Amino acid sequence: MARQEKPVDVVLVGLGWTNSIMGMELAQEGLSVLALERGEDRDTVPDFAYPKMADELTYGVRYKLMAKPAKSTITVRHSLVETAVPYRHLGSFLPGDGVGGAGTHWNGHTWRPMPEELELRSYVENTFGKDIIPKDMTIQDYGVSYAELEPHFDFFDKVLGVSGQAGNVNGKIHEGGNPFEGPRSNEYPLPPLKRTLNDDLFTQIAKANGLHPFPLPSSNASAAYTNPYGMQLGPCNFCGFCERFGCLNFSKASPQTCILGALKQHKNFSYRANSEVLKVELADDKKTAKGVTYIDEQGEEVFQPAKLVIVGTFAYNNVRLLLLSGIGQPYDPVSNTGTVGRNYAYQTMGGATLFFKDKFFNPFIGAGSNATTVDDYAINQIDFAKEGFIGGSYLLAAQTNGQPIRSMPLPTGSPSWGAGWKKATKEYYGHSMSISSHGSNMSYRDCYLSLDPNYKDDHGLPLLRLTFDWKDNDIRMTQFMKGKVEALAKGLAPDHLNTSFKDFGAKYDVRPYQTTHNVGGAIMGTDPKTSVLNRYLQSWDVHNVFVLGSSAFPQNLQYNPTMLVGALAYWSAKAIREQYLKKPGPLVQA
Amino acid sequence: MESRPDDSRRRFMKGALWMISATTLGTGVMLSPTASAASSLQDYKPVFFTPDEWAFVLAACDRLIPADDTGPSALEANVPIFIDLQMQGDFGQARDWYMKGPFFEAPAELGYQSPLTPAQTYQKGIAATNTYCRQTFSKSFAELSAEQQDQLLTLLQKDALKFDGVSAKQFFDFLLQNTKEGYFADPIHGGNKNMEPWKMIGFPGARASYLEWVDLHNVKYPMGPVSLNGDRG
Ligand SMILES: Cc1cc2nc3c(=O)[nH]c(=O)nc-3n(C[C@H](O)[C@H](O)[C@H](O)COP(=O)(O)OP(=O)(O)OC[C@H]3O[C@@H](n4cnc5c(N)ncnc54)[C@H](O)[C@@H]3O)c2cc1C
Ligand code: SF4
Repeated sequence: MARQEKPVDVVLVGLGWTNSIMGMELAQEGLSVLALERGEDRDTVPDFAYPKMADELTYGVRYKLMAKPAKSTITVRHSLVETAVPYRHLGSFLPGDGVGGAGTHWNGHTWRPMPEELELRSYVENTFGKDIIPKDMTIQDYGVSYAELEPHFDFFDKVLGVSGQAGNVNGKIHEGGNPFEGPRSNEYPLPPLKRTLNDDLFTQIAKANGLHPFPLPSSNASAAYTNPYGMQLGPCNFCGFCERFGCLNFSKASPQTCILGALKQHKNFSYRANSEVLKVELADDKKTAKGVTYIDEQGEEVFQPAKLVIVGTFAYNNVRLLLLSGIGQPYDPVSNTGTVGRNYAYQTMGGATLFFKDKFFNPFIGAGSNATTVDDYAINQIDFAKEGFIGGSYLLAAQTNGQPIRSMPLPTGSPSWGAGWKKATKEYYGHSMSISSHGSNMSYRDCYLSLDPNYKDDHGLPLLRLTFDWKDNDIRMTQFMKGKVEALAKGLAPDHLNTSFKDFGAKYDVRPYQTTHNVGGAIMGTDPKTSVLNRYLQSWDVHNVFVLGSSAFPQNLQYNPTMLVGALAYWSAKAIREQYLKKPGPLVQA
Repeated sequence: MESRPDDSRRRFMKGALWMISATTLGTGVMLSPTASAASSLQDYKPVFFTPDEWAFVLAACDRLIPADDTGPSALEANVPIFIDLQMQGDFGQARDWYMKGPFFEAPAELGYQSPLTPAQTYQKGIAATNTYCRQTFSKSFAELSAEQQDQLLTLLQKDALKFDGVSAKQFFDFLLQNTKEGYFADPIHGGNKNMEPWKMIGFPGARASYLEWVDLHNVKYPMGPVSLNGDRG
């Protein structure tokens, strides 16, 4: 029999970006709020203090801050007819664990989506006609518009202390920013980071090609800053241990540095680490949740009663929890019924490395968001009918780190070991830069999440199964970007040029790191037949369950997800504060 | 000219002499080291590997990153010590990995699907390679000439040898990856002796503070490396 804890108004499942935001919003409302986080408690001091973090092997290669597959993983297969096998050690994506979640060890690329991306199906149909959408492509509108989210983008910009150069302020185009972005109501809170040599070279060649380069919007602070919660950030020192590491310098925006310090001051907020939620418990009528069952630090099963359950356990974890709890109908791609698990998507990446024997890049002088980008090939800039694909990418020249185990690009054809390898490392370390493409990924009828029939976790519960592979539409998009990247790279006349872009027939490969921008599976929308959540991220089926995170995206953006993830959490919180608490029940009638 | 079996050891001795001097101790925060900074490879007693296995690891590392004028060799950098220590740690024992069955053969793109931990892969891989060498050359791997060793390593890398119960390529991939890790990881993990590999490429190690250098473009960063223990190179 599970031990029962004292009831609370709100239980937050997971304590990453999303639930730190929701925790703050609902604590401000005066509700009793309890967060349950499966991983350990973490804070800048002592967990990320210098010099501990400056250890590539431990954090960069052995992933000591990330979720351990031994405790939590998924299975993967490429198609409906295959047996899925476990993602046994980390590679392609690096899920977070512990207080702060992946928000402690992200890069801080902080992009708003394009207005068109939030209404993608409508945009494509209205601009190019229905017929260009392939039959098995299941893209949808989010059900919420850019204009509705703008105040939340703006506020989250301020919470994060984003450093950047605005391109479109209230419709007025600003020189040096992204001219293709949606209108923002304010400049970025901080000016852009200082520039490195790769930034200058990329800026020069992009301009020469008639493109519009600008500094990548960064949640690594360019100067001292105090956010609306009174949390303070210091200037980033380009430590070169950013992505995969906690910031040793209070410079990278994280739940810890931007929210939790202030949230912990609220007496009505509390959290328990090492507390893994196994299930959301439903009332007999299945229309409301009673609370959650979790395993506490001592391994004991506990029932935590709550009036409101907010699931913020990261993308596909959210989907698993819904499936294990019996919330919503599981998606079946064959009969095309059900919704939970539908529309999983990922990110389509490509890249080039440019080697210059005579240039010193000093790559260890890096920051997670140190990059210059162009958005001239964005979703709203491409003629999909003419190019034969739906999607877009931003191109970037980034210098994030020079950690030599992983960041040792060598010209194609260099030996992988022996005297020749050693010579190449000595000759080329520090003499290269990269130009990459970071692109969208559409959703498809047979790319989805479900419970695995063969593999279980330590509690005997089924792992989540991912069925996913690349489709021609997205390969065509990345091949288009290849042409653009190669043209820019060749313009800089490097001594050697390596390129790596997916080609037709490429299989999804779980081994090399790509991004931790997994999306979909518990998508938001306007129709309960094709979405799990309404436009406020409220479950269509169980009205006191809200599900936050990129699981709500019906297809993937061409950008990194967290700005949208955070803005949607604020949008959902506003609906709870202003509507739901007054009259608990469905906020949208099905 | 064929090198003789004991060449690697002699080359290593030469290298060791060449390396005395570089260490000056800084005053950084001490982190609990996993191997004493002064460890020398000759005196090191492997804790995981048997003498046979150790001879293999020494010989293989010496081919993967050999001694020459370019920079330190794997042996000069104490890479085998690093590997030995890793075998008993979370990595070698696959403690963070999902190791429950069933185990299926799957396309390479679906990732690691072996029931073996990395440590078991080394044990089986070394035994199988030595058996192959004894059958083919009547010598263990460590006793072969450098050229023969290179050929053998290439066969492993290309998965051209079929062993019972272990993949030659998987074994080689761990060996190569761990050799490079031991070469470039902070010395606190047992390799990268005196940060010589970092000095060779110009990586400043754990300095982690460069704000004043960001806009000095296209000049070589002049400072030597610092390690987690505060050693300076
Ligand atoms: C290496 C890396 C780099 C990234 N870089 C960028 C970037 O530059 N820009 C960008 O926009 N995004 C980036 N991201 C993505 C970004 O980190 C995520 O979008 C963001 O952190 C998501 O927030 P979340 O709250 O949804 O999930 P998370 O931050 O993952 O938090 C979820 C929390 O829930 C906990 N949890 C899970 N299951 C349970 C359970 N059953 N019970 C209790 N707790 C549970 C987890 O332990 C975790 O702490 C990056 C991610 C990684 C890993
Ligand atoms: S690069 Fe800057 S923001 Fe990133 S971890 Fe280092 S100091 Fe922090």
